[in-house]
Amino acid sequence: MYNSGKIIIGLLVFVLAATFPIWYNAATGQSDEYKPDPKIVVDTGYCVAETNYMRKAHMDLLNDWRDRVVRDGERFVNVQGEVMEMSLTNTCMMKCHWNKEDFCDECHNYAEVSPYCWDCHLEPKEVE
Amino acid sequence: MGIFYGFVAVVALVLLVIFGVGALGLDTLFAVVIPYAAIALFLIGFAYRVFKWAKSPVPYKITTTCGQQKSLPWIKNNKLDCPHSTWAVIGRMALEVLFFRSLFRNTKSELKSGPKLVHGDEKYLWLGALAFHWSFLIVFARHYRFFTNWECSVMTLVNNLDSFFQIGLPMLYMTDLILVGAVTFLFLRRVLSPQLRYISLAADYFPLFLIFGIAASGILMRYFMRVDIVEIKNLAMGLVGFNPAVPEGLGIIFYIHLFLVSVLFAYFPFSKLMHMPGVFMSPTRNMANDNRARRHINPQNPEVKIHTYEEYEDEFRDVMKASGLPLDKEE
Ligand code: HEC
Ligand code: HEC
Ligand code: HEM
Repeated sequence: MYNSGKIIIGLLVFVLAATFPIWYNAATGQSDEYKPDPKIVVDTGYCVAETNYMRKAHMDLLNDWRDRVVRDGERFVNVQGEVMEMSLTNTCMMKCHWNKEDFCDECHNYAEVSPYCWDCHLEPKEVE
Repeated sequence: MGIFYGFVAVVALVLLVIFGVGALGLDTLFAVVIPYAAIALFLIGFAYRVFKWAKSPVPYKITTTCGQQKSLPWIKNNKLDCPHSTWAVIGRMALEVLFFRSLFRNTKSELKSGPKLVHGDEKYLWLGALAFHWSFLIVFARHYRFFTNWECSVMTLVNNLDSFFQIGLPMLYMTDLILVGAVTFLFLRRVLSPQLRYISLAADYFPLFLIFGIAASGILMRYFMRVDIVEIKNLAMGLVGFNPAVPEGLGIIFYIHLFLVSVLFAYFPFSKLMHMPGVFMSPTRNMANDNRARRHINPQNPEVKIHTYEEYEDEFRDVMKASGLPLDKEE
């Protein structure tokens, strides 16, 4: 083999980068057992849509609400016979999920997404 | 024909997953066994081919040069196009790998009416290739979020720039559009130009279709057909922790994406995609053009047995002395 030193170093760097998650997770002791556990604090028995749909597609719903409010001026929807305001802060957060840290962030940190909504919209804060 | 085989192969792969997971319920095969096998094949095959290349001798110094060689001090040496030192080689190599400098030099010759032969620049291949490879890299690197909990600030910055226009939710990544656009361009280039079509084989079309399929399924999953990202990350974390558990109901689009990616990885070492390590190992690129300063010894040179005059004299000293021949060394 020619230039073995350089080639082995190069190959090693490549293999280490390609398998980065394996040794990084092992080295930092990140357990693959960890699963996010978004806590639902209000026991209404229903959300604005089915749980299965919400888990996968809540961003579609929020986008839809946003468009309907901001562009079409509709403000309310009918959810299971109850009239609700299409509002991120007033409905999603204040009515049910005021524990943003233990709910939204629980999944988002895990999936490494950070929605920029809170640049403008208020998030509930605990008051002493 | 090649185009047909390439297309049919990718369609068959997609149908295979739909049948395997959808009809036969082979989730573990497609979510665990095949990805592991593909990665193993990729790493072993990749290393095997690199070692095989490393074993072949380079008989001559065959640097391709496009500039003035270093010679007399008053003649200006073009360091990047005719590198003389290791650092210059690294500089040239970096520009080649990161910015495809040799594609930038691409020219074309056309027979125009007259008849006149016209030579000109052709930058589209360079632009298309650059767009394709960079967006592929960014999309690829973004996927590390499924396999670790490491928050990389560089990646966050890249993602923020990538979704700069904040279109829709989840926000549109520009690289997704660029990736699909560039693959389509690279494909059309082969199809529309008669010369290129003539030299294109199934092995050229297959990777293009495969990557198109991967990008299309990824884009469908992100923007149109919702999947449970949390469950997918659970699976991915299980895979890298060697403790995989296949979640229920992942959605066929995810299996298609994962299977096509597995095929890409498994296919990699056998294909022209090996140009990725290959560019680093090209003797025309990775050697300094310093023939006149440093001798390049052909490693294939057979070992020549030599018998110097000194040794000759030692051997025949007595006889030579006896017949009165002059000697360099008397004793
Ligand atoms: C630049 C500031 C800004 C950002 C960032 C922003 N919004 Fe809004 N949003 C507004 C404004 C202003 C309105 C109109 C409020 C009104 O008319 O009541 C609004 C209205 C809405 C509404 C309907 C009304 C309400 O009270 O909620 C929804 C739903 C919504 N936005 C969702 C989102 C989501 C989801 C995100 C993050 C992806 C987001 N917004 C990011 C400024 C912003
Ligand atoms: C079950 C886990 C989970 C919970 C709980 C959850 N999300 Fe999400 N959310 C996700 C995942 C996963 C994504 C990323 C999807 C992707 O990358 O395609 C996401 C994406 C989003 C996005 C789009 C962000 C972007 O930049 O693409 C918004 C907006 C959002 N979530 C709002 C919320 C809000 C508000 C809450 C709390 C009321 C919430 N989510 C709770 C899992 C969750
Ligand atoms: C060669 C490797 C791969 C390529 C080129 C690729 C390509 C893509 C593309 C273009 C997207 C669209 C969204 C984006 O740009 O982030 C995407 C999304 C996605 N890919 Fe891949 N992919 C690859 C490997 C994988 C692997 C190994 C997995 C398994 C975990 C995977 C799972 C996903 C998921 C879950 C999404 C949806 C992301 C979302 O909704 O935000 N991909 N992929």
